[in-house]
Amino acid sequence: MGTPLWTTEAAAKTRGEWKTEYVRPGEVPFPEENPYTTEKVNLGHKLFFDPRLSGSDYISCATCHNPSFSWGDGLPTGFGHKMTKLGRRTPTVLNSAWGELMMWDGRFESLEEQALGPMGAEAEMNQELGGIVEELRAIPGYRTLFNVTFPGEGISIANIAKAIATYERTIVSGIAPFDRWVAGDETSISTAAKRGFDIFNNKANCVSCHSSWNFTDSGFHDIGLPDDDIGRGGVVKNMVKMQHAFKTPTLRNVVQRAPYMHDGSLGTLKEVIDHYSEGFTKRESLSDEMKPLNLNDDEKADLLAFLLTLEGADPVVAAPVLPANDQVPGAWLQRLSPAAGGQAETAECRTARLHLRRCK
Amino acid sequence: MRLSMLATAFVFAFATNAIAAEVAVTQKGRKFSEKKIELSVGSSIKFINDDDVTHNIHSTTKGYAFDVGAQKPGQTIVHTFGKAGKVKIRCAIHPKMKIKVTVK
Ligand code: HEC
Ligand code: HEC
Ligand SMILES: [Cu+2]
Repeated sequence: MGTPLWTTEAAAKTRGEWKTEYVRPGEVPFPEENPYTTEKVNLGHKLFFDPRLSGSDYISCATCHNPSFSWGDGLPTGFGHKMTKLGRRTPTVLNSAWGELMMWDGRFESLEEQALGPMGAEAEMNQELGGIVEELRAIPGYRTLFNVTFPGEGISIANIAKAIATYERTIVSGIAPFDRWVAGDETSISTAAKRGFDIFNNKANCVSCHSSWNFTDSGFHDIGLPDDDIGRGGVVKNMVKMQHAFKTPTLRNVVQRAPYMHDGSLGTLKEVIDHYSEGFTKRESLSDEMKPLNLNDDEKADLLAFLLTLEGADPVVAAPVLPANDQVPGAWLQRLSPAAGGQAETAECRTARLHLRRCK
Repeated sequence: MRLSMLATAFVFAFATNAIAAEVAVTQKGRKFSEKKIELSVGSSIKFINDDDVTHNIHSTTKGYAFDVGAQKPGQTIVHTFGKAGKVKIRCAIHPKMKIKVTVK
């Protein structure tokens, strides 16, 4: 093998050529198995914000994936059921339509598969999956919504996942000053930020992992954070390079999502830049793309200025009005318990009530 | 496309005596040169890393799992498919890189 062609190609790439690699896509990709419908988006939006999906009825997806923190929770690691401290930081769900494997360690193959994970997880939402279907069926508004969205199918685990996943795919970062620059408006970002863009693509080689318009390769890399979580290594066993490897996060709106990394261990973007420049742990699993950069203060400031241009004017997310709990007398039956002088509701009657039928 | 057609031609021509073929697949710009490949049992794929980053080809398909380990730019690795079936191959580092291999 002589000198590989790429070396000369890469060296010759100009700022203008790099810009063409970051052009925003024209549309959101939806999978064939779960195509877009507005009904799914509306239903998924409600489910995402509905705490009744959790065992305690007080945690929704949006409790942790909070749009006010760019779909994270602003914590080093979040809290789940009964305030259980979670092992990893809540990642954003922004631009997840373009993702490949889900979670920091890629253990889920799709958004649909992922959606059912947290509801069932004891530490997160602690809900029995079978119980969810029953609980939603008891809410008249959801029965209607599911029937309209999935004609002839109604409420099921698979349909809950499909609606949530479709809603998540519509969560797309808005146009940022960087996008206007890529589109040709030279005044939309500072000269410092433009120099930062050059550093990002060349000297600092951030692009080798944070590539394309969404600033991620959807890949797994060990970037030398010193904690002992082995990340992807727990899923893909016996592979040196997967030890301590985590999924590359998007950098869109990144300023809104401190603290950073899977363990929330870096408080600011400056700390992140220092980490890449000279602060990472060297070990066998460390990515081959991680090299000491020794950036000077000017270069670090330029890189930071560039990262700040990725903050978009995202649309305001409305908190949806959720379907009300059932108002039919069935609920009162329970109050008439034997202790209260009434008759306890039998299992049969409960099932009948949940299906809006009478029981004898 | 040309390569998989070539591979299919082998399957048809030598189905009975299962002649082994070698198909070349390059990795460049974090993409495989092929998305789907058909091979006869005993055939191999020669994976060439023409990229500027390390790749790591592996499969987690039950019964066909393998891992070639870290493959640096310029390195070539050959993997032979010993039995019939459908194998999903990915790069462990860049999971968007994937190929479906059908071994007949
Ligand atoms: C208690 C906090 C919490 C709740 C509630 C929660 N999540 Fe998460 N979510 C997390 C954490 C933490 C992770 C990362 C876990 C890991 O990688 O091990 C995660 C990961 C994800 C991911 C993967 C993102 C990626 O890029 O890989 C998606 C998608 C997601 N959650 C959607 C949801 C949905 C949908 C719900 C509601 C059904 C939900 N989450 C409820 C904390 C939460
Ligand atoms: C080898 C691949 C790789 C390179 C090179 C790389 N990153 Fe990262 N980046 C990652 C991964 C993987 C993570 C998540 C690591 C973790 O949490 O364990 C990450 C996390 C981050 C985060 C935190 C995002 C968040 O939401 O937590 C920022 C910011 C960041 N990188 C910026 C940069 C910059 C700037 C550069 C260049 C100086 C760079 N990265 C180079 C792979 C890379
Ligand atoms: Cu790769």
